[in-house]
Amino acid sequence: MTRGAMIGWAAMAAGIAIVWAIQIYAVPWTDPYLTDIIVRVGMSLLAVMGLALVLGFTGQFSLGHAGFMAVGAYTAGALVHYTHVHPVVGILAGALAAAFVGVLVGLPSLRLTGDYLAVVTLGFNGIIIVLIQNAEWLGGAKGLIGLPTFTNFGWTFTFVIIGGVAIRNVIASAQGRVFEAVRDNEIATRSLGIDTTRAKVTAFVFGAFWAGIAGGLVAFHRGSIFPTQFQYDRSIELVTMVVLGGTGSLSGPLIASSVLTALPEILRPIAQYRMVIYALLLIGMMILRPSGLLGARELTEVVAGWYRALRRHRAA
Amino acid sequence: MTVFLQQLINGLSLGAIYALIALGYTMVYGTLQLINFAHSEVFMMGAFASLYLARWSGADQDPTLVSVCFVIVGTMAFCAILGMAIERLAYRPLRKSGRLNLLITAIGVSMLLRNGTLIAAGPLASFPTLLPQTQWQLAEGLSLRSMDVITLSVTLVLMVALHHIVERTQMGRAMRAVSHSRDAAALMGIPVDRVIAFTFALGSCLAGAAAFLRAVDMHKIDPEMGTNMGLKAFVAAVVGGIGSIPGAVVGAILLGLSETFVSGYLTSTYRDAIAFCLLIVILLVRPAGLLGKHAPEKV
Repeated sequence: MTRGAMIGWAAMAAGIAIVWAIQIYAVPWTDPYLTDIIVRVGMSLLAVMGLALVLGFTGQFSLGHAGFMAVGAYTAGALVHYTHVHPVVGILAGALAAAFVGVLVGLPSLRLTGDYLAVVTLGFNGIIIVLIQNAEWLGGAKGLIGLPTFTNFGWTFTFVIIGGVAIRNVIASAQGRVFEAVRDNEIATRSLGIDTTRAKVTAFVFGAFWAGIAGGLVAFHRGSIFPTQFQYDRSIELVTMVVLGGTGSLSGPLIASSVLTALPEILRPIAQYRMVIYALLLIGMMILRPSGLLGARELTEVVAGWYRALRRHRAA
Repeated sequence: MTVFLQQLINGLSLGAIYALIALGYTMVYGTLQLINFAHSEVFMMGAFASLYLARWSGADQDPTLVSVCFVIVGTMAFCAILGMAIERLAYRPLRKSGRLNLLITAIGVSMLLRNGTLIAAGPLASFPTLLPQTQWQLAEGLSLRSMDVITLSVTLVLMVALHHIVERTQMGRAMRAVSHSRDAAALMGIPVDRVIAFTFALGSCLAGAAAFLRAVDMHKIDPEMGTNMGLKAFVAAVVGGIGSIPGAVVGAILLGLSETFVSGYLTSTYRDAIAFCLLIVILLVRPAGLLGKHAPEKV
């Protein structure tokens, strides 16, 4: 193992240790409402980081990401409900099921490009929801209820850290370069002898896996899940987070998803108008800052840029 | 046989409404390559505009031919202005930026209109019976509703008018030129911005007519009514080949018929999945839709 990799593993372990220290020593004394918002932010982060890889780095416009969350949530929920396995086993099984559905959906639909891909993924999202609504053993439209409430700050952010590191590493790897090449020019990439369909499906499956994890956590968050939670408007919300954060950035979408998940709660005192304000912010942001919060850069690069500008300013 | 004919009538009537909405999606897509998510909200607000126009003109108390025509025309005009306003305020500032941005803006506009209507008009309103609602018993188990007749005839008239505008007028020729190539059209001296605004007006106008017909038929309207109809109409436009005007009509009729036939003969619980299954099958077999032209990418 190289020195860099060792530092990476140590940082990840330290991060998870800090998360659990907070879970044990701080969460019991924190306002449950605040903790709840933070946990929901964490679940959004997991769904968004997968989509950032698919949409932001591979350039595949998927409008069905919430469908994969539904697969993860219902697999995890049903498994725990019927076989009483540990919720973590359920969550991992749900993620694998979501990844498997990702292959099934991805193989045929990734032949299409652009808006057509968006529409087909939207369609698959709709079909998944209708199938769940008609499955009595999954609770149908009434929802799957009576699940254990297992999701807490510690578990959510353990998954967030592992997912974040995993996706960051994929992006920095040779495979990540292939993803970006597909996004920037698919035909040129193919002419270099790279199997672009394979690359797209890989990104898609990876994104679906983390959406599945997010879904599993959602299932054990309130102990009940409903098909309507995973409809296409949720997929659209996830796309919005990625675009607002900046396509081609990982930290940008993560910041955007934190803000957009917390914002409706902050605006709750003016509950009646909050969705209108939310919509106006969205339109204003797109007109005034079309490349998103961070553009194609990462937060570290932006902060480093500020630092350099500050030093130049001092020197002058 | 009677079941078949009955479903045929229902399917055509539903398909006609889908077609009126789908045309707006397909025309805007043709000129801007934008999935105009706000179009479903134009449809929804058209229904509310109908309601207020009917109350204001007294058509809800005493529906005469003149006042009902006033409501229809007023609704279509309102939708046309709304469509143009959306284009001018939200989409035109983004003409030079990426398509993803335009799409997110469209989603934002859709949220804004839906929630704005919810605040302004409340969650549910009942709609007055503005058109005669009779039913003719043609045979055992086969009836023809006056609403179906009116829906189909209004749609037919509007289609003929649209065909005339697109194929025979100068503006229509400009629309076709812009949808063929925006840059080339601009170089030929076509005022592209005005053509795009006109396209929005035309599409929204048709959505207004659809909103009126749907509202009279359903007897109640709500701010969420656009979401589902809009999604299905959009699917119809893609099935027919987005960007193609006859394609949108064909796709919409096909979708209307498949929905009513499947729920009539098989099961109604999977009704909402039919649209998506049709969509996926068509796109995998013919990626450009039924009547869409497949443009090979040049390198």
